[in-house]
Amino acid sequence: MNDATPAAAPAFSIQAVPVAGPTRTKMIARDLNFHYGDFHAVKNINLEIPEKRVTALIGPSGCGKSTLLRVFNRIYSIYPKQVATGELLLDGANILDPKYPLNRLRSKIGMVFQKPVPFPMSIYDNVAYGIQHHEKLSRTAMDERVEQALRQGALWDEVKDKLKQNGLGLSGGQQQRLCIARAIALRPQVILLDEPTSALDPIATGKIEQLIGELKNDFTIVIVTHNMQQAARVSDYTAFMYLGELVEHGVTETMFTKPTRKQTEDYITGRFG
Amino acid sequence: MTAVDRLYAKRRFKNMLALTLAWAATVFGLFWLVWILWTTFSMGISHLNLALFTKMTPAPGDSGGLLNAFFGSATMSLLAIAMGTPIGIAAGTFLAEYANHSKIGTVTRFVNDILLSAPSIVLGLFVYTLVVKTMGHFSALAGAIALGFIVLPVVVRTTDEMLRLVPSQMREAALSLGVPQWKVTTQILYRASMSGILTGVLLALARISGETAPLLFTALNNQYWTTNILQPMANVPVVIFQYAMSPYDAWQSLAWAGAFIVTMFVLLLSLLARLVLLRNKVGNE
Repeated sequence: MNDATPAAAPAFSIQAVPVAGPTRTKMIARDLNFHYGDFHAVKNINLEIPEKRVTALIGPSGCGKSTLLRVFNRIYSIYPKQVATGELLLDGANILDPKYPLNRLRSKIGMVFQKPVPFPMSIYDNVAYGIQHHEKLSRTAMDERVEQALRQGALWDEVKDKLKQNGLGLSGGQQQRLCIARAIALRPQVILLDEPTSALDPIATGKIEQLIGELKNDFTIVIVTHNMQQAARVSDYTAFMYLGELVEHGVTETMFTKPTRKQTEDYITGRFG
Repeated sequence: MTAVDRLYAKRRFKNMLALTLAWAATVFGLFWLVWILWTTFSMGISHLNLALFTKMTPAPGDSGGLLNAFFGSATMSLLAIAMGTPIGIAAGTFLAEYANHSKIGTVTRFVNDILLSAPSIVLGLFVYTLVVKTMGHFSALAGAIALGFIVLPVVVRTTDEMLRLVPSQMREAALSLGVPQWKVTTQILYRASMSGILTGVLLALARISGETAPLLFTALNNQYWTTNILQPMANVPVVIFQYAMSPYDAWQSLAWAGAFIVTMFVLLLSLLARLVLLRNKVGNE
């Protein structure tokens, strides 16, 4: 259907295979648009995020993938002149509706940012911070929750003896895992990852990718990455965006071996981006 | 020499000239600073004795100490900090968190900068009209209020800048946990910027320790000991002012000793402020 160079010979291997069997749809975006002031950054997105799978958003710089991710937990609302229109359904309820309580939204959807930002407090307090705001727990119950979150975040073994130490004393990769543990401590349903490994070395990156593979058993994950190979390694579904529009969306393996749109193929084979 | 060599030689000469001028300017500035410090040091040290800290300011011609002046300065400075800091931190927080890019933020910062560079004698006159004339007499409280007006814009500015230095991602990370803005500000952002804010407070304290003009119209001076803040109270800068210009040797030595103590105090405070800021910076790496 395209040029001679086969789309079926990518330069990297596809390891992620979609889990067999149907799955519910967790989030649905309908006619989603986003403006930074006058600039129309995200245009008419119609996208479904399946439950307990990893969906990757890929595309060249400036295509709107991080912007789209930030609409999912309405973190843009703290900035004036940033407006989202359309519908974004979480389990059927429109979370863009101003009546949907923000703090409930944010306890269901957690976010991890590109730069690891541990709070200026001990490791224990970092993880407990979100929990203690939403729930009143006894000391033992809180200890258990913190331990569980750190175990799930693949950090427990490395920090169990130094929980009282300042979070800033950890290495970059550990700090990022701490931020992930902090987000999952709230037991959200969806975790948004905004280029979580772009500031980390390859070993730390590998550990976090492995962690994502484990986390998807319990959480729905949406990850933005500018590293296509990472998307291929880690995700079940991929959405390709370009200049604010959703160009193509589908099962990762298919997207990377037999994309339907030429633009997708050009991006994946490195002709631009 | 080729043309390129000649051009290069010209550039090297200009470079050397500029460097020499820069060095000369530095030496010139440092020279006066060293001279002032040396004079204060040598004159002050020779008049240091225990009586400074045990006796009151004396009558003309007598010898004595500066105890009431030290107490007065300490009281008024601490009162000024207590009044100026909470308001300053609150205003700085408002500027950084709630009004960062808005019109009201720009206007407030501008007005704050004006207050920051207002001549302290004008502030003294303002408080004289507002407080001293209303009360009918001079008082340490009026002095503290005048000093508080000097502390306020410093703390506002420092708090504003330190809070804005906290990366926006930390704010977003905390808000993403569903924590409300006010909790994010008090529990996370203050902790992240505390060393910077404290440094601002310490520097404000260092500044008001040496202010004389505002106290001339408000606290005046008091030869005797008093702990009543509604009465005029002795303070070191005004005592130095009065004693230095007097014809009495005993008074002049007290003035030098006082000047030395104040200079040392300000120097130590500045060093402490740097230590506090540096310690936290290193810890953050």
